[in-house]
Amino acid sequence: MEEGSLHLEKQVDVPPGLIHFAALDNFLNLCRANSLWPMTFGLACCAIEMMATGASRFDMSRFGCEVFRPSPRQSDLMIVSGTVTWKMSTAVVTLYDQMPEPKWVLAMGNCAVAGGPFVFPGQYSVVPGVDKLIPVDVYVPGCPPRPEALIEGMLKLEEKLTGRRRWPTVEAK
Amino acid sequence: MTEGMVMNLVRLLLYLVGMIGFAAFNAAYLTLLERKQASWMQLRRGPTEVGPWGLLQPVADGVKLMSKQLLLPRDVDVPLFLLGPIMVVVPPILCLVTIPFSETLVARNFNLGLLMIFAFGAISTFVLMLAGLASANKFSSIAAARIVAQNIAYEIPLLVIVLSLVMSTHSFNLHTIVDQQAGGFWHWNLLRLGTNPLMPVAFLIYFICLLAESNRAPFDMVEAESELVAGVFTEYSGMGFGLFFIAEYVNIVVGCCLATILFLGGWHCPFGLLPGLHWFLIKMYALCVMVVWVRWSFPRTQFYGLLNLSWKILIPLALANLLLTAVMLKLF
Ligand code: SF4
Repeated sequence: MEEGSLHLEKQVDVPPGLIHFAALDNFLNLCRANSLWPMTFGLACCAIEMMATGASRFDMSRFGCEVFRPSPRQSDLMIVSGTVTWKMSTAVVTLYDQMPEPKWVLAMGNCAVAGGPFVFPGQYSVVPGVDKLIPVDVYVPGCPPRPEALIEGMLKLEEKLTGRRRWPTVEAK
Repeated sequence: MTEGMVMNLVRLLLYLVGMIGFAAFNAAYLTLLERKQASWMQLRRGPTEVGPWGLLQPVADGVKLMSKQLLLPRDVDVPLFLLGPIMVVVPPILCLVTIPFSETLVARNFNLGLLMIFAFGAISTFVLMLAGLASANKFSSIAAARIVAQNIAYEIPLLVIVLSLVMSTHSFNLHTIVDQQAGGFWHWNLLRLGTNPLMPVAFLIYFICLLAESNRAPFDMVEAESELVAGVFTEYSGMGFGLFFIAEYVNIVVGCCLATILFLGGWHCPFGLLPGLHWFLIKMYALCVMVVWVRWSFPRTQFYGLLNLSWKILIPLALANLLLTAVMLKLF
């Protein structure tokens, strides 16, 4: 795959803080995990499932993450829901760069994870996985993933932040 | 130092601590109320997992906003961009200085209290405009231009309504205005049909203008996210955006306090029993719930719809109301 059409800006290295207070860091992470505001941003069919997750049957507002902010400046989480084409990739990267730190990315659906059904010999337009462009924190597979799976992805992200799992894991029968 | 100066200093400190606390508490928990109420209206549950019944949600949001990076985009006008969020929260908190919450609970009771509230209320919209212009973003600039038009359109009916009210109460002093409404709901200005049979209409116009002046849906042209990304807030991140959020809710609180005082009898009980702070808070929060209710019931109007409503309906009605009050006062 030729990446010639894509001009990725060099990522600026943010220097780590000189002093860390463990208790404060834990508290901040707990608060961040409980108020992950996603960006209003959908790319393809998976976005419909993302909307269903916010609607009344599944209701992601229970975890405090229903505040879809229209501007990347105010959002913490980018849910890449759908197929990323090379033509779209510059926009995705720009949006990611516009988000203030700390920020997280959740790749939703097979397309965002690895290109999904669009990866075959000779295809030229689809990015095989959004992690070729930006760092991804949580992968949610499925085509499309069910809303429960997206909520599970959010819980995984919370677990990644706080080191604790909010709800017990459901056992498969 | 004399006794009086000490008293004044103590009063000032109490006011500062009390009002900022009151404003922050309201801003935090009105957001939770808004999210909960929106959820109930859409058959959802709302925040339930963060603290019991979602009660810690505002804390999590506040701390998260404070710990977020403050971005300074490349072309912004730095001093204005940084001053915007600060200047937008100061006027509504200043307005709270002269609101009488009960017979004795008022920071500073002075003659022209009503005038002062409107004077400061006008500032915060201008600060929004400046913040939009300073952001150097086309969406913010369009939103800033809209704010000016919206502010002019809705300030006029609001002030004309208040003018007719002042004509019938003969006072700019909020304490005096409430005192006149003692003794049951039939004495409230809302039902003072003897001086002006159009008083309920006046209240309705006041309420609509309150929604428009505090930039709430269906009139939230400042933050029309379907057209303008996030309007004037587009470039603000972290607590800069948080302060705009706080200012919006404190503006609602100030507007609802004023509606309670001007039309609903302030701290007086509807049946003449047990007047006090609780009645003021009950009425004020009932109005806040109404504001949220309106927001989640109606879609956003288009911009010309907003201006048409004001220039073609509200302003003529308000002027007719003023004329009627003058005639009634002259005749009876
Ligand atoms: S993973 Fe499936 S449902 Fe999701 S965007 Fe790709 S094709 Fe559509």
